[in-house]
Amino acid sequence: MNVRLIAFGIAKDIIGSNKTVVEIDPPYKLTQFREYLFLNYPEFKKLQKISFAVDQDYQLDSYVLSENQEVVIIPPVSGG
Amino acid sequence: MAQTTFSKEELERYSRHLIIPEFNIEGQRKLKEARVLVVGSGGLGSPLLLYLTAAGVGHIGIVDFDVVDESNLQRQVLFGVENVGMPKVDAAKKRLESLNPHVEFETYNTMLTSDNALEIMKGYDLVADGTDNFPTRYLVNDACVILGIPNVYASIFRFDGQVSVFNYTDKEGVVGPNYRDLFPEPPPPGLVPSCAEGGVIGVLPGIIGSLQANEVIKVITGIGNPLVGRLFVFDALNFDTRTLNLNKNKNLKPITELIDYQQFCGIKPAEEKQEEVPVKEVSVQELHQLISDGEQYQLIDVREPYEYEISQINGELIPLSSVLEKANLISKDKKVIIHCRSGKRSADAIRLLQDTLGYNNLYNLKGGILAYAKEIDQSLATY
Repeated sequence: MNVRLIAFGIAKDIIGSNKTVVEIDPPYKLTQFREYLFLNYPEFKKLQKISFAVDQDYQLDSYVLSENQEVVIIPPVSGG
Repeated sequence: MAQTTFSKEELERYSRHLIIPEFNIEGQRKLKEARVLVVGSGGLGSPLLLYLTAAGVGHIGIVDFDVVDESNLQRQVLFGVENVGMPKVDAAKKRLESLNPHVEFETYNTMLTSDNALEIMKGYDLVADGTDNFPTRYLVNDACVILGIPNVYASIFRFDGQVSVFNYTDKEGVVGPNYRDLFPEPPPPGLVPSCAEGGVIGVLPGIIGSLQANEVIKVITGIGNPLVGRLFVFDALNFDTRTLNLNKNKNLKPITELIDYQQFCGIKPAEEKQEEVPVKEVSVQELHQLISDGEQYQLIDVREPYEYEISQINGELIPLSSVLEKANLISKDKKVIIHCRSGKRSADAIRLLQDTLGYNNLYNLKGGILAYAKEIDQSLATY
């Protein structure tokens, strides 16, 4: 199943793009999505603390994704 | 309490506010009666302080322990060349008093810590967080939660910014999400660069800090819908924005006291944790002596190519991320001196080469190119 990935901040640098489509395996929970990111972009594994919004709503790891949803990676940002 | 009144000069100054129907003199009165604390008077603090002062917030507190540096002027529009070397709070107060004499300022030339935060922050109606590090962000957030005041948050990195209004209590008494609902725990130290490490485009804090100032004004005056329970994210490079809906995370422990935030963010090791293994070092004076004596040695620079462009001391450029794959270029039989900007990355490179490939001839240039520029060659640009 495909979902649309949108990245901000340092997540953009890790992925190398601000938008991409990714294919994930069942059972399509955000946990699987996180695993997909850790596997394909090991830098995320080091970062650990990334949050997600699905179709603009902040969601926790147990959330189940559906086809073609937009997943935004919200990275921690500290600068001022 | 007697009703707040305005002088003729103030009425003229704020006239463009007073003629907005939903703002009017009531909004202006609320601004004048408000006490706002701005933590950090840097990139975000500059537009925040300028606009809040111009708008007529009655009492503004400013917390910053830093002094104005040449490299601040690219984005910290509150300061000028004449302020370089001055404490930021003093330079800010001087500039802001000339902008609006009807505002009272209180400055705190200190680092906000768990020991002084509640004392400094109590008595303010609202805090605007323009700090530049994770420990202070968690500290400001937790102190706002304990004191029950809103935390108008913004942060920036390179081309990206975030804004939200945390810990806001609405008219029904419902308290909105706070920073920990978004990021329950900080990232490991060193992985998310600050502006000093990762850079920031100069106009970005102008954009994001202005949005933050607008939220402060909305929260004080009660007009419109503040950015509560929502996080605005902005990518200036692609002009991509999202306004993401946030919720209270019910799994989190309630915040009841301040903790050691340096330790929480992994910056100060927990007591039982071992310090990093020390590496052999040479001082910049020793390196300079080696060069003058024409001694045999190899100098390796583990910074990035764009840093090398700013200034360099004739080292061979092998960025930290590629030292292992390019280790064949690093001698094993003569003295090898490794340097970076401050000496931290070069120490990491030495530990990596020693642990993985058994090097024993590596020396870290203490203080890096910054020390070299300070002690030996003042013509080198520092950054």
